[in-house]
Amino acid sequence: MALVLSGLWIGQNVDILPAAASLNAPIYDQLFRVLFSIGSILFIGIFGLLVFSLIRFRRREGDTGDGVAVEGNLQLEIFWTAIPAVVVLFVGIYSYDIYDRMGGMVPLSDPHSMHGAMMTSQGSDSDVSAVIQASVLGTPPEPSERIWGGIGSGQVSAVSTLPVEVTALQFAFLFHYPQGDITSGELHVQKGQPVELRMEARDVIHAFWVPEFRLKQDIIPGQPTLLSFTPIKAGSYPIICAELCGPYHGGMRSTVVVHEPDEFATWFEKNNTATVAIAPSASTTG
Amino acid sequence: MTIALPPQTSSSPPGLQPEGWLRYLSFSLDHKVIGLQYMVAGFFFYLVGGALAGMIRIELASPISDFIGRETYNEVLTLHGTVMIFLWIVPVVNGAFGNYLIPFYVGARDMAFPRLNAVAFWLIPPAGFLLIASYFIGGAAQSGWTAYPPLSLTTPAAGQVVWILSVLLLGGSSIFGGINFIATVLKMRRPGLKMMQLPMYCWAMLGTSILVVLSTPVLAGTLVLLSFDIIAHTGFFNPALGGNAVVYQHLFWFYSHPAVYIMVLPAFGLVSEILPVHARKPLFGYTTMVYSILAIVFLGLIVWAHHMFTSATPPWMRLFFTIATAFIAVPTGIKFFNWLATLWGGKIALNSAMLFSCAFILHFVFGGITGVALAQVPFDIHVHDTYFVVGHFHYVVYGGTVFVIFGSIYHWYPKFTGRMLNEDLGRFHFLITFIGFNLCFAPQHWLGLNGMPRRVAEYDPQFTLVNQISSVGALLMALSTLPFLINVFWSAFSGKVAGDNPWNALTPEWLTTSPPPVENWKGEAPLVTHPYGYGVPPGQIDLKAATGRELWSSGQ
Repeated sequence: MALVLSGLWIGQNVDILPAAASLNAPIYDQLFRVLFSIGSILFIGIFGLLVFSLIRFRRREGDTGDGVAVEGNLQLEIFWTAIPAVVVLFVGIYSYDIYDRMGGMVPLSDPHSMHGAMMTSQGSDSDVSAVIQASVLGTPPEPSERIWGGIGSGQVSAVSTLPVEVTALQFAFLFHYPQGDITSGELHVQKGQPVELRMEARDVIHAFWVPEFRLKQDIIPGQPTLLSFTPIKAGSYPIICAELCGPYHGGMRSTVVVHEPDEFATWFEKNNTATVAIAPSASTTG
Repeated sequence: MTIALPPQTSSSPPGLQPEGWLRYLSFSLDHKVIGLQYMVAGFFFYLVGGALAGMIRIELASPISDFIGRETYNEVLTLHGTVMIFLWIVPVVNGAFGNYLIPFYVGARDMAFPRLNAVAFWLIPPAGFLLIASYFIGGAAQSGWTAYPPLSLTTPAAGQVVWILSVLLLGGSSIFGGINFIATVLKMRRPGLKMMQLPMYCWAMLGTSILVVLSTPVLAGTLVLLSFDIIAHTGFFNPALGGNAVVYQHLFWFYSHPAVYIMVLPAFGLVSEILPVHARKPLFGYTTMVYSILAIVFLGLIVWAHHMFTSATPPWMRLFFTIATAFIAVPTGIKFFNWLATLWGGKIALNSAMLFSCAFILHFVFGGITGVALAQVPFDIHVHDTYFVVGHFHYVVYGGTVFVIFGSIYHWYPKFTGRMLNEDLGRFHFLITFIGFNLCFAPQHWLGLNGMPRRVAEYDPQFTLVNQISSVGALLMALSTLPFLINVFWSAFSGKVAGDNPWNALTPEWLTTSPPPVENWKGEAPLVTHPYGYGVPPGQIDLKAATGRELWSSGQ
């Protein structure tokens, strides 16, 4: 009982994660605390049991006898089959719930269901993806192409979403704002406004990771991918490529700047006009 | 209860097989020679892989890429993973101990297919040297041991093709070994020996070999297709040519997740042999141990996509693989509780073999807990491809399997050589390995949670201190091989003479001379129906506890 309480206490007081800066990060941290509590209880319990056994039942000097010939105990076996099974089941259901709240369980290529997308692949859902496909990869769009949803695609409310097109290539991320024709090497977003990233990879697999958002999504060539999130805390956070992509993989980093709303408007205006003024070649990349 | 028979060289008829130490360099058909060949070759590659790991930790001692070039760094990490998995852990924990012990355990004079066995071993040195040579001739593969396309299609082709060739040879060796173990366990048992009387390591090797035979061919096929993509510019996995990169990941992990069980199930088996002997108690819950191995084999085959939660996997797939993965914790947990119950109430000898085995329990429980956490999609999405996973993986395969390999060497060295290893040096070796290992890999969990991705040569300077702590741990691990090597070489010539059965054990390999003769026993193979029959019945604790045991150790 003391073990359970101390495990819970450790879980509640653990503070080893970076700042939580997106809408789904606090939900993630909740799961982390639960997992940490259960893990601590188990680990401390087994550690204690092991060390106790090694000390209490160590072989004394000169003792050459054997231990007790206990070959098994069915009730004990059932007990320690059932307990982990229940714990695992609980964790599974709980994390499923968390995943749902983070928006992970919505079908792919929303609003079409995945099976729908597969069956009616000829026409309906391939409009957007096919266009992106054609424009970026330069290969003829296949009828079955569709946008793969990452985690968080369920939170998108169509009203005030900020769409950003992300291109990942060796060894940089490029962010393009279709609303204002801005191309930037950094991602600028507005606090409280949902963001929808349409991500594409040019050459090899990259992954978009913002630790403070608790989000990661592989960007696979040939599979345009949607990722959406809502930043809730102003500040600058690193964007990290998390999939080995070549020699400069470790240097493939960028920054996401979460602005207060008025700041963001200023930034957007400034860069928007600048880009338009300069040229069609979007050369204001950082 | 040591019966010190001097290891007499019998006047066996002269054969074609060389005698003396030369037989370890020959195409020997003796399973014990082949086992030791695997062990020594594997340990050589462990030192190579360890040197590569050292290069990684030196590079990461500072946040900028300053020790080796970026491309070299990627070659080094690729070679480190490949060497450690395919040339050290898999060959040693399967090939070395499997070949040495399984024929004893089933009461056979050799493996079912001795020539296939020798072929399986002799595939390993050329494959290993090919892989290492590729580094010096034109550069090794740079795409990690996972070799994900399209990266593996765009990095220099020669190194990648050599890598594929080498892994194909090693996979072939593994399949030959697996077939041999299955045949030996099922068909070569001494008459009268039932399956449920076999030592647990036989069950572990049977389960492992089933995994090898089912999943390794899938890897082989995948790599052949990948090599077509590289050499002939086909487009199986190349999105630019209409291929699909995710299919490769599915096929790759269809082998490479079971590969983790191929690396740890034999270790589970070895621990099940070591603990009862040194705790002087029967293995707790034999039957449930057997069924949990079979459950792990089955579940191990259907969890591969948990490596791909951030790839384009649909939600139903994420849900299924989360649940399947988490449920592996149940049979695994049963095994760990059974081991703890085996220790409980025993008379535990705190020697090196026991200490390494107990550290294995501790590390693997930790790795298992982080593993169940990683199985949860939302958790995995944050830490996937970070140092958290690196920490988790090394807790499982180093803290788990490599600790068991060391424990097993301390346990079976007297049988291999007829001499004991030095216990003080052994415990010293354990202490620095234990401290070094935990210092190296425990902080990596924190690094991953806080934003350090894996496979990088440069990182955010805020992580410098923790990385340096980790590098100090790696240095300790490197140093810890010294007392071990000194111990092994010194004891081989001037260690205490062990006698046939220094641990007073009941399993059949101890019921012959140390080292055992060719064909294992002078006379009839012993029939051991209770390999864990230690201990006194609960009612007779105060009686002199030797009766049944003496019968076993003296009667053949």
